[in-house]
Amino acid sequence: MSSGIPLQYFLILATIMFFAGVYGFLTRRNLITILMSVELILNSVNINFLAFNRYLFPHKLEGMFFSIFVIAVAASEAAVAIAIIINIYRRFTTINVEDVNEMKY
Amino acid sequence: MDNILTLFVVIPVLTITGILFLKDTRQVRLVAAFGMGLQLILAAVLVFLYLTARHSGNTAEMLFVKDVLWFKSLNIHYAVGVDGISVAMIGLTSIVVFAGIFASWEVEFLTKEFFVSLILLATGVFGFFISIDLFTMFLFYELAVIPMYLLIGIWGTGPKEYSAMKLTLMLMGGSALLLVGLLGIYFNSSPTGGQLTFNILEISKVTIPMSAQRLFFPLTFVGFGVLGALFPFHTWSPDGHASAPTAVSMLHAGVLMKLGGYGAFRVAIFLMPGAAHELSWIFIILTSISVVYGAFGAIAQKDLKYINAYSSVSHCGLVLFAVLMMNQTAMNGAIIQMISHGLMTALFFALIGMLYGRTHTRMIYEMGGLMKVIPFLSVCYVIAGLASLGLPGLSGFVAEMTIFVGAFQHHEVFYRVVTILAVSSIVITAVYILRVVAILLLGPTTNEHHEHLTDAKWFEKISVVTLIGAVAAIGLAPFWLSTMIGTSLHPIVDKIIALNPF
Amino acid sequence: MINFSYTIWIPLLPLLMFLFLGLAGHKYFPKLSGIIGTCGLAIITILSYITAYKYFFTSEKIDGAFQKLTAFNMVWLQFTDKLHIDMGVLLDPISVMMLVVITTVSLMVHIYSLGYMKGEKGFERFFAFLSLFSFSMLGLVLATNIFQMYIFWELVGVSSFLLIGFYYQKPSAVRASKKAFIVTRFADLGFLIGILILSFNTKTFDFITLTNPTGTAITQGGGAAFLGLSIMTWSMIFVFMGGVGKSAMFPFHIWLPDAMEGPTPVSALIHAATMVVAGVYLVARMFPIYSIAAPVALEVVAYVGAFSSLFAAVIACTQTDIKRVLAYSTMSQIGYMMLALGVSGYGGHEGLGYMASMFHLFTHAMFKALLFLGAGAIIHAVHTNHMTEMGGLRKYLPITHMTFLIACLTIAGIPPLSGFFSKDEILAAAFEHNKILFAVEYAVAGLTAFYMFRLYFSIFWGKETQYHHTPHEAPYTMTIPLMILAFGAIVAGFIPFNKLVTSDGKAFESEIELMIAIPSVLIGLLGIGIAYIMYKKENAIPDKLATTFKYSYKWAYNKFYMDEVYLFVTKKIIFRYISDPVAWFDRHVVDATMNGIATVTQTVSFRIRGLQSGQLQKYAFVFVTGAIMLAVLLVYLWK
Repeated sequence: MSSGIPLQYFLILATIMFFAGVYGFLTRRNLITILMSVELILNSVNINFLAFNRYLFPHKLEGMFFSIFVIAVAASEAAVAIAIIINIYRRFTTINVEDVNEMKY
Repeated sequence: MDNILTLFVVIPVLTITGILFLKDTRQVRLVAAFGMGLQLILAAVLVFLYLTARHSGNTAEMLFVKDVLWFKSLNIHYAVGVDGISVAMIGLTSIVVFAGIFASWEVEFLTKEFFVSLILLATGVFGFFISIDLFTMFLFYELAVIPMYLLIGIWGTGPKEYSAMKLTLMLMGGSALLLVGLLGIYFNSSPTGGQLTFNILEISKVTIPMSAQRLFFPLTFVGFGVLGALFPFHTWSPDGHASAPTAVSMLHAGVLMKLGGYGAFRVAIFLMPGAAHELSWIFIILTSISVVYGAFGAIAQKDLKYINAYSSVSHCGLVLFAVLMMNQTAMNGAIIQMISHGLMTALFFALIGMLYGRTHTRMIYEMGGLMKVIPFLSVCYVIAGLASLGLPGLSGFVAEMTIFVGAFQHHEVFYRVVTILAVSSIVITAVYILRVVAILLLGPTTNEHHEHLTDAKWFEKISVVTLIGAVAAIGLAPFWLSTMIGTSLHPIVDKIIALNPF
Repeated sequence: MINFSYTIWIPLLPLLMFLFLGLAGHKYFPKLSGIIGTCGLAIITILSYITAYKYFFTSEKIDGAFQKLTAFNMVWLQFTDKLHIDMGVLLDPISVMMLVVITTVSLMVHIYSLGYMKGEKGFERFFAFLSLFSFSMLGLVLATNIFQMYIFWELVGVSSFLLIGFYYQKPSAVRASKKAFIVTRFADLGFLIGILILSFNTKTFDFITLTNPTGTAITQGGGAAFLGLSIMTWSMIFVFMGGVGKSAMFPFHIWLPDAMEGPTPVSALIHAATMVVAGVYLVARMFPIYSIAAPVALEVVAYVGAFSSLFAAVIACTQTDIKRVLAYSTMSQIGYMMLALGVSGYGGHEGLGYMASMFHLFTHAMFKALLFLGAGAIIHAVHTNHMTEMGGLRKYLPITHMTFLIACLTIAGIPPLSGFFSKDEILAAAFEHNKILFAVEYAVAGLTAFYMFRLYFSIFWGKETQYHHTPHEAPYTMTIPLMILAFGAIVAGFIPFNKLVTSDGKAFESEIELMIAIPSVLIGLLGIGIAYIMYKKENAIPDKLATTFKYSYKWAYNKFYMDEVYLFVTKKIIFRYISDPVAWFDRHVVDATMNGIATVTQTVSFRIRGLQSGQLQKYAFVFVTGAIMLAVLLVYLWK
């Protein structure tokens, strides 16, 4: 099972995905892109869960379950978020976060 | 009869509830008038019961006491009770509120909400005067201050948002100091380590350590002093009064400012006489500045409400001044002055409101010769003015003379000299009152728009006559009021002197 | 012991009349209110006469002295155990005498006003105010304690204010009433301070206790000294300040001439016969204290009185408004009374000045009321106040002419009219005490005769003036009071005041001293003679004199610019240099500080609210940076 790919590879992949996500989250102004970045972060965590589960406790399944949980939450979150984004788009005809500041002050 | 005091809070609450269910403005007004009329009658009954109880030899410090524990871990009680002083203040409040309802008979905008806020304010004031538990008292105090913001901010005139905000913030600032002071009293209320208490009567039996008194007396006194227009914390008053609608000015100057004087007397000085005696010279200076400064300030004003607001600063300054003299006569004068000023200033503001409703201006130079056009209101204005400048036969004289004679009996020369300074305010008062009367009412009618004004309507007459009646009654027969207050004051003054042999 | 308790109705009845007429008069019987008021006053007058008779002739004397009787007393307001304001009725020679004076003059004025004020707007208001005044004045003289006196003192002040400003649509009347009230109010401040000091020292307000010559108040009330004078002296000087204001003595006299803006009957009642002598009455009431415990204060009284009488007499010689001439004459005559009190001692013949002062008060009330009412009749006939617009009126107004002449002769001190007797007593008292003051008063007697006859000749003789319509004699309601008062002015001099009204209540012997009487009559005649030459026929002498003494004439004509000084003090100093700066200070310093606190809070919050941008990404950036820094810390520092 742990045939060739060392754990570090997974971790490096996850780290790259995580920081790509964080970078995207911090710099993008488009709500959809921000949402995608959040997905990247979540999925990088998922990879970590799976990798650690597989390498450290191969006989247990908590990591798997957790990943599925996260996927489920991410799915529902995406649904809600996209619904909000669509509403925002209808209201402001933009999904640029900086333009949506009606509640400011 | 045990619960008679609670009725003073229950009736306004019921009236408010009643008003909430009504749609028609006419009914709203009638219900409000009925509720407050009932309150007035209740106050009369209370005075009667009180005097009867005293007459039959009941010498307890507080009568009609009711005590319910409502927050156990801090030992907060709903404790009510009255002595002659609170009875007098309750009487004042019910008269002013009653007159205020009639003075605001013609409020058209959000009538229902207006009366609800007004009566809510009254509830707070009544609650304050009957409480003998510091925390409950503070609660009612806040209850009285908050509706003021809405009343001025919504129904006011001129820069109303600014004034409302200023007034509320300054009063809240005062409350903050006050809360610290009250908690300070609470945590020192049992030096021997027993149960801490908020009950005024119980606290008055112990001596709060001097170190604590020195710290908390100024906080409490200034906290109440802000409401009592203590120099230099009085500036909310001119703006607030000028922007407030008629009934609110009446209630505010007539009653709410009295919470300050009453609290300063009942809490700050009664519970912490040591520090009061030690620090009184500072506050005596501040209050005598209030007295003279307010009067001079009033001379230079052009807006009727500003004139009256500054005059209130002067008169309320006299209340705090007298309270600080800490002797029987001066304190008696302070209480009478509170009542007298409450009635007088409510009368003034009611009349100013009525004039404003007709002429749509409050600037004295835009009016003139109104005596010929609206004789009833003008004569009432002259009477109010004469009461304010201390004409014998009206209440102002009684109050001022009691204060002056009392203050002049002080054994230290400094206090007597300051008293003479304060006495000189009666001349300045005459100057600004007569100036206004001469410009406003006498002489030829200067503004042709004012030649066809109509005189007072029935509800305005009720409002004004009620107040003038009370002013004249106190002025002509001051002895029973003075005695009622004096007898209750006696044990308090004795206690103050016994705790501080000076 | 005679029962005097009914005397409480003497002040109470006018009060009821006032309330009745004030509340109901306007609506229900505007025409009848004059009659009602007059009838009410007639009842009181009768009651007063009965009281006077009973007091002076039937009441019991102890040790040959009239007693001070408290006919009624109740505690009105309790201050401390000892200090309390009472409302009561105190009967002693001076209060009973004042009762007679007030009710007589007041009744005459009421009757006169029925004619004079007929058809005026506010007829019922006028009578209501007159009743209020009568109530206050009677309460003042009957006061049992100094605080009651102060109360009624204020009340007469306000009724005077209301009556001066009776024509409230006339700006000059409004100004005059305001001025009268504020000037006297300022003086009353002194009175009040005096009362406070006095009560602090003696622990009582009660007149009987205070003025008992052997009581503790006088013997031990002295107290510590301040600026070289005892506290008692200071308090009495302050109390006298109230009297100076009400009696229009220098320097608080400026309200009196302006007060002539009121209706003429009011000037006769309030500003000539009754209210303005309240100051004299006050000093007389406190006389034992002045005389025994505060002689320096009594000196002050004497000099203020003397100066005022001279000052006013000089001004009166130059005025042309007949009511103003009479006003200054009043001030001058009251100066006489003050001086007489000031030079008096206590007890027996020493108290000659006291008796003379009260005597003069009595006779002055008669002839001055007569003069004013006569002036009212003249004004009523010719509709002007200025004597330059009058002349030759003797043909048109015979009754007024005769009564006016009697009054003028009386005030000039021609025997056997009453003014001669009372003035002679005053001069005698002054002569015994202080020769300088005597000389001043002697000169004033001449001036008085001169200006009164200047007035008389200018009005009734002098040039023949053309009037718009022929002047006609006043109706009977107006002439009958004139005749009654003229009778009073003639016979009042024969009342034996030295038996009735004396400083210690005991009778003493006094007689006309020819040494003083003859010169005083001569100087009176001299004054009349000069006036005769100058004003009997129209001629150029007055104008020539005026140009010769141009500057002094101008100063006197402008009343020595006292009004201007007051205007300067009030307008410039109080309004411009105190009130305006105070108002400015309040707005721009005190209020600005409060607003400043608010502004600072607001500015700071505006500055720091930029941090709360609401942008999630900024928050996240901060969060991530923080997390990374924490991680770095953990890794490198937590070893």
